[in-house]
Amino acid sequence: MRGGEAIIESLKNMGVKTIFGYPGGQTIPFYDMLYDADIDHILVRHEQAAAHAADGYARASGRVGVCLATSGPGATNLVTGIGTAFMDSSPIVAITGQVPTHLIGNDAFQEADIVGITMPIVKHSFQPKNPDLIPSIVKSSFEIASTGRPGPVLIDVPKEVQEGELTGFDDSLIETPGYNPTVKGNIRQIKKARDLIREAKKPMILAGAGVIMSNACCELKKLAETINAPVMTSLLGKGAFDETNDLALGMLGMHGRKVSNDYVNESDLLIAIGIRFSDRTTGRLDSFVPDTKVIHIDIDPAEIGKNVEVDLPIVGDARNVLESLNKLLNDYKPSKEVNDWTDMIRQKKMELLPRVTYDDVPLKPQAVIKEIAEVLTPDSILTTDVGQNQMWAAHFFDTQKPRKFISSGGLGTMGFGFPSAIGAKVACPEDPVVSINGDGGFLMVCQELATVHEYDIPVIAIVLENRTLGMVYQWQSLLYNERHSQTLLGNSPDFVKLAESFGVNASRITKPGETKEALSKAIKDNEPILLDIVIDSEEALPMLPPGAGINEMIGEYKLEKDVI
Amino acid sequence: MEEQYHIISTLVEDKPGVLQKVAGMFNRRGFNIDSITVGNSEVEGQSRMVITVHADEKGLEQVTKQLNKLIDVIKIKDITQKAVKRELCLVKVNIPDVKARAEIMQYTNIFRAHILDVTEESIMVELTGDKEKINAFISLVEPFGIKRIARTGLTAMSRGV
Repeated sequence: MRGGEAIIESLKNMGVKTIFGYPGGQTIPFYDMLYDADIDHILVRHEQAAAHAADGYARASGRVGVCLATSGPGATNLVTGIGTAFMDSSPIVAITGQVPTHLIGNDAFQEADIVGITMPIVKHSFQPKNPDLIPSIVKSSFEIASTGRPGPVLIDVPKEVQEGELTGFDDSLIETPGYNPTVKGNIRQIKKARDLIREAKKPMILAGAGVIMSNACCELKKLAETINAPVMTSLLGKGAFDETNDLALGMLGMHGRKVSNDYVNESDLLIAIGIRFSDRTTGRLDSFVPDTKVIHIDIDPAEIGKNVEVDLPIVGDARNVLESLNKLLNDYKPSKEVNDWTDMIRQKKMELLPRVTYDDVPLKPQAVIKEIAEVLTPDSILTTDVGQNQMWAAHFFDTQKPRKFISSGGLGTMGFGFPSAIGAKVACPEDPVVSINGDGGFLMVCQELATVHEYDIPVIAIVLENRTLGMVYQWQSLLYNERHSQTLLGNSPDFVKLAESFGVNASRITKPGETKEALSKAIKDNEPILLDIVIDSEEALPMLPPGAGINEMIGEYKLEKDVI
Repeated sequence: MEEQYHIISTLVEDKPGVLQKVAGMFNRRGFNIDSITVGNSEVEGQSRMVITVHADEKGLEQVTKQLNKLIDVIKIKDITQKAVKRELCLVKVNIPDVKARAEIMQYTNIFRAHILDVTEESIMVELTGDKEKINAFISLVEPFGIKRIARTGLTAMSRGV
């Protein structure tokens, strides 16, 4: 068995059925061995898309996603995707070819120090110098990527290691004495959490992606319902708690729901679970929950106290901790004060529901999201790109289940939406997958229309076309005297013709009702399609301006109750 | 919060790139390393890094936690309070006249330093001690003219068990 075959065998042992990649000079040996292997390979049209697809696959399934690129430019093209996965703690394994060991350091053709380049954006990396190490390295990479706080792992494989013969197949895990994630929460701390909950009169829960990753959604629901506390989420926490549940307030943060942003500071206890308190979630730190006790549950000790001062830290896996906490709260009954508080918040929630009913032409994005929501089942997967499209989807779409809302949060990577949908669809072929994009971000990755066409991956790509780089345009409108510097995209391309040139069906939507109709048909047809939806370019979400506190949103927050 | 120096003793895996990872983490998180020394530890395959860093309490906590997150980092200990600190310094000092040579040799004796090399024009002194001792010696010989200084940076070990 040669090194490349050992990679394939090891991937199969880890349960991998599909990898996303793009060949090149230093991976020719590997691709030659892949030729006869029974593992699917999806040829993307740019390496960045391979990383995003692996990421989308991981987020949709909870399994490790795998991407592959050649050395040098192939590897550096993965960097944005690896960085995206790192910031959002997504478990991917990125495999790169490298020039032969004897050429490393010589500035050989297509040589890049990808281990060095990615060092700050990977959880760990390996460079096998000997084919015998491959089985152990692949297995350890999966182990490291998927346990503790998940993250990307890089394996950089010199060409001659791909070709070299193994003397045996030893896949015992590489010893990592420095890697011991704390899964089990400290029971004394959990008891203290119970006591804080018992004392609280105005509790609130803030759930992040950690709840989804640790499969703690049932435990979260149980906690929220037991203690009768309203639940907010971060952007990536969407789906941790059913947003149609009447305890769900929706997203907190820069473009959060008004009820969340207005009332979080009124709580007397904030139970934050699997969340890192990013600046986009908290707004200015000194005016975020200044008088509220904070319990912070997270598997990564470095996140505790990093941004928000915490009264009670609990390091551990969200599910493990919540299970213990729920057991301790068995006999808990919410007091009248708690019930009054939650009733008040519920009532505010209904009053402050954002307006989604419009019949304007050009279409209002809120109305488009509403139509999409009316068609999609709870099992459908929505991926978003970055910018206004993302915030509209996050704000107006109620996500009901975990792993059904996929978005680039931390790195905020334009071009993530469409390729991550490809990965999600490969992971969950039974579920409809819809990707919401802006015209700017979609054009960064539009070459992947070829991928969905060639492999017949029935992803529904929606382009919300407003001919602007909407989020920056919006900032310029609100904060830079409407000086729209370099944010007008002009008339090119014609997205329908663009899709058709790749062999992908497409239609342009301009009127109310058409989105619903086209989307229903697309789901039924189950083939790749692009829906080019022309929307109002002046529509903007209210936002926290830079440096503002969480309850200092600017811009008019239009309410559904005001619709006549 | 007040910033002060901390000495962190770190046991790491002896693998290529570990120093880069540790140094890179400090840089990325905005912490300044004052000095870093690396060498073999008592365990084969593991090295000990002694890092001095200027940080406040919260910063130190972050540094420690972020270091701990690196998979190649095995153990971390803040030994600031009870550390024995040592640094090695080589100084090459000018000899402007015979009187100077005698004076430098006298200082060398007082500081329990060693002379490693002497020529007509210069004298090389090897000195170990904590930072203050080394700084004191340097400022004493400075008037003669210092040709070169090479310092290892601080290494340290906690007292007792």
